[in-house]
Amino acid sequence: MSVTIQIPTPLRRFTGDHGEVAVDGATVGEAMQDLTRRHPALQRHLYADDGALRSFVNLFLNDEDVRHLQKEGTPIAAGDTLSIIPSIAGGAPGVTAWETAREVDSLPQLSPAEIRHYSRHLIMPEVGTAGQRKLKAAKVLTIGAGGLGSPLGLYLAAAGVGTLGMVDFDVVDESNLHRQVLFGRSSVGRPKIQAATDRLRDLNPHIKIVPHEVRLDSSNALELFRDYDVVVDGTDNFPTRYLVNDACVLLGKPNVYGSIFRFEGQVSIFWGAQGPCYRCLFPEPPPPGLVPSCAEGGVLGVLPGIIGSLQANEVIKLIVGAGDPLIGRLVLFDALKMKFRELKLRKDPSCPVCSDHPTQTGLIDYEQFCGIEPHAETVEAAFEISAPQLKAWLDEGRPLTVLDVRNPQEWDICRIEGSTLIPLPELQDRLGELDPASTIVSLCHSGMRSARAVNFLRQMGYSRAINLAGGIEAWSVQVDPSVPRY
Amino acid sequence: MFTLEITAGDLQAVREHAAASYPEECCGFLIGRFNAATALTAVVRVLPVSNERQESRHNRYLISPETVLAANKEARALGLDVAGYYHSHPDHPARPSEFDRDHAWPGLSYVIVSVAGGRVADTRSWRLSDDRERFEEEEMFQKEAAS
Repeated sequence: MSVTIQIPTPLRRFTGDHGEVAVDGATVGEAMQDLTRRHPALQRHLYADDGALRSFVNLFLNDEDVRHLQKEGTPIAAGDTLSIIPSIAGGAPGVTAWETAREVDSLPQLSPAEIRHYSRHLIMPEVGTAGQRKLKAAKVLTIGAGGLGSPLGLYLAAAGVGTLGMVDFDVVDESNLHRQVLFGRSSVGRPKIQAATDRLRDLNPHIKIVPHEVRLDSSNALELFRDYDVVVDGTDNFPTRYLVNDACVLLGKPNVYGSIFRFEGQVSIFWGAQGPCYRCLFPEPPPPGLVPSCAEGGVLGVLPGIIGSLQANEVIKLIVGAGDPLIGRLVLFDALKMKFRELKLRKDPSCPVCSDHPTQTGLIDYEQFCGIEPHAETVEAAFEISAPQLKAWLDEGRPLTVLDVRNPQEWDICRIEGSTLIPLPELQDRLGELDPASTIVSLCHSGMRSARAVNFLRQMGYSRAINLAGGIEAWSVQVDPSVPRY
Repeated sequence: MFTLEITAGDLQAVREHAAASYPEECCGFLIGRFNAATALTAVVRVLPVSNERQESRHNRYLISPETVLAANKEARALGLDVAGYYHSHPDHPARPSEFDRDHAWPGLSYVIVSVAGGRVADTRSWRLSDDRERFEEEEMFQKEAAS
């Protein structure tokens, strides 16, 4: 059956400029199939990735919408004319609390004290009084009051985000102070959430700080997020990152994402309603143990300051509605090269959480999803000694080799007098430096890597290799406090 | 680089339509001619229509296929085409949303008017790339009415 399909003007480029194409088929669906077979470039503009006709594309058979006939199964007769007619749809990005407050009159007013505090914002047309009142109406939740949470908390509070929630359950540690600028020495040992609340209330008394001293998990995330307009991800682990993403997608909220490692950082806005989500970018977490945490791999102190500030910038733009938000774009920052790169991100049409046909419609067990930590390597108790025991052996003058398998950087921080450094990755190649007949006491920071070394050495015939339980950390605590802990 | 040529009067009509519809979205047709050789779209007249959405009119608009058919006929009667559409983003930047991208075709101009607090803040025009990956901004050129 030969029928004519009328091609809309903008799509004629894909049909060799033909306004009409003669095709064969017994039904509307078959005729359309023949059309895209003849002109494959049309396919993506008429059909979505799942093979269904795009929602805005309508087919008219002799001036009648086939939706009112038998849809794509509508039979056609020779000489019929089929027209492709778009319905035109579109619109602005999503609906959040401050956006629904469209009538500027319904936004909260600024007091004279607030006007003084925010004057440098108010005189810019991109923010102005209307933008500042949107900020005051906005509710932002930051996950984590650590490296990223510090600049986020400081800048969002300073900028006048009216309700600023923070989730954290950790305690301030001395090793936090090189990057977590929310805290000072007087905060060491205090719960982060309390120290942060005090600091931010001092910075801006006009806003409401809402401390949530809880461990975020699948049981409380939806409840916690529900009251907020924007969620900011300042977490340092994969289970929480996926949890934050999925909860935001399920609630339709933007997730302003940032992550840091050593000298590199990433920033984006994941917003399932407007663009891709974290799962579109990383459908699966990396195998457990593959990507080290900052505690294991280290991080440049200023890096979270840079990345967290970029996140704060995106949060403020989202609320005020200024500029181009970082939706569908991933910014990569390299502090050593001092280079920013930008990657375009696409929404994954088969994304399990944010696509049109999600396979996951609730939160899951994210610890399980990301895999449990790699099984801790242990050695038999008989092949292990304690720090005081090692001290006694050394004092007796027993002949033994103290083998340190840590990284050279760790060696530079502290070491046990008279020990030999062979970093674990080099051990296989440098076995010749060790005497198979001697007693070898292997040590690392806390006893894990050295246990791996002992098991390897014993396999290789070093039958007198033993492990220092608790590593140099135990040595410092139990034997020699002059050895610094790190 | 693509260019959209529109008279000051037509552009003013689009902007006034956007401001008057605030806080809801407005929409309409750009009737004119696209010249592939010069990558120039000349808008000859604008055709405002009503937003046919029943809900979420503050951030969604809809023009039914019947209205599109009527606009096509009107354009053809003038020897012209529907060269694009315009719509407004109340309290949002004049850049296309992901929703806009999902509902667009290449080969057309998509003019977006940003209206902030009832006043027109920005007007920009966009074209969908052939691979549907992104919108690319086109230059807007305002010309005085020829007649």
